[in-house]
Amino acid sequence: MKILAVLAWLVAIGTSPRITPLLAACYFALLVGVTILARLPVGAVLLRAAGVLPFSATFAVISIAAGDAARAEALIAKSYLSASAVLILAGTTPLPKLLRGLESLGVPRFFTLVVQFLYRYLFTISEQAQHMRMAALARGSQSRRGRRASPRFRAASGAVATLFARSQARAESIHGAMLARGFTGRMEPLAAPSPRAADALFLAVGVLAAAALRFLPGAVR
Amino acid sequence: MTPQPLVEVRGLRHRYDDGTLALDGVDFLLFPGETVALFGPNGSGKTTFAHHLNGLLSGEGFVSVCGRSLEKKNLVEIRRKVGLVFQDSDEQLFMSTVLEDVAFGPLNLGRTPDEAAPEALRALEQVGMQHAAGKAPYHLSAGEKKRVALAGVLAMNPEILILDEPTTSLDPPAGRSLVALLRNLPQSKILITHDAAFARALATRAVFFERGRVIADGPVAEIVERFHWYPSASNATECLRR
Repeated sequence: MKILAVLAWLVAIGTSPRITPLLAACYFALLVGVTILARLPVGAVLLRAAGVLPFSATFAVISIAAGDAARAEALIAKSYLSASAVLILAGTTPLPKLLRGLESLGVPRFFTLVVQFLYRYLFTISEQAQHMRMAALARGSQSRRGRRASPRFRAASGAVATLFARSQARAESIHGAMLARGFTGRMEPLAAPSPRAADALFLAVGVLAAAALRFLPGAVR
Repeated sequence: MTPQPLVEVRGLRHRYDDGTLALDGVDFLLFPGETVALFGPNGSGKTTFAHHLNGLLSGEGFVSVCGRSLEKKNLVEIRRKVGLVFQDSDEQLFMSTVLEDVAFGPLNLGRTPDEAAPEALRALEQVGMQHAAGKAPYHLSAGEKKRVALAGVLAMNPEILILDEPTTSLDPPAGRSLVALLRNLPQSKILITHDAAFARALATRAVFFERGRVIADGPVAEIVERFHWYPSASNATECLRR
């Protein structure tokens, strides 16, 4: 239900012909409201959503260069609002539930499985990186200051190679542990998603709000 | 009449891709009700051997588990019969909650979610971890992780349990509690361990590996004595005395 509501939001934002400051403010206010209701840290969500800006800014610059400043503004606003909505979804839904939801909406099992493994192995790589960093610090590895760039670069590239080799070995062990418990390439969910009345209500409100923001400005004009 | 062995291994050889000969003609038998400790220096082939019994590796030679030869067509059944608990529990716990992780095996065996959930809860109860069912595995202590990893294989109702270095990273109380838990499990067991006290508490027989070969097989006390396989502290005391 949450995925469908976010999808409705993304479609509404994406297909809005113009994002006026007032409309952007309405979208923004609603997103902030949902963030507060979801008990997520508003500042952190807004800050992280800004992570998308360097990418959209690149295209915005191209639009400005082509003489279309309005499109550049819309690009920035739409990408930021969309990223905020997706972050709220990710922040309020554990990944396994999110993937199960996507599956029940018809997303191929293969895709969700790849995402699940990617997520698991990201933790593996980050764990290995932490261990290597601690080991380096414990043996007197210097901080960035006071060292020339060239040896630092060489050491870093060596560490990255080791990190990948170790991560691969660990990933293979995890795969072995899965095979040992009968894994044959299909991950069965323990419980299928069972939507409740509150979920249906959330979906209805979300879709109605998205539809209102998408179509009302045009009707008023 | 001699009972049928649960595990029969004859002339098992395994060479890794880098050319290392990890197993060099291993013969081994495990009978119903037995608990066998595998001793040997690091790199002597114990873990490689254990991985063959679950079909994770394959080499030259004959391996039979519960009357089934180790072939691709028998792998699903063999993995149901042999529960392998890995040395590093973090490698074994990969789902988002403890219950989901323990139910992973039964679901792979074709159980429906309605059947797998109670089986997983039963296994958690068996290891005294039912209270952690909804927790994320990475929030558990080392001893708790070990118990949950054990529950993960018990949920598959195996006939043979293989535990690779089960006491690693456990504090003494957690180690004692693991001994008590394992004593009450009816399965035949293979314990890969350096911990002679742990082996003495559980195993009826010990096998000593060296350079990929089984060089001794006999009562635990005899093998410990013959290879000076004492716990590190008593070994040090012994050296100082000399």
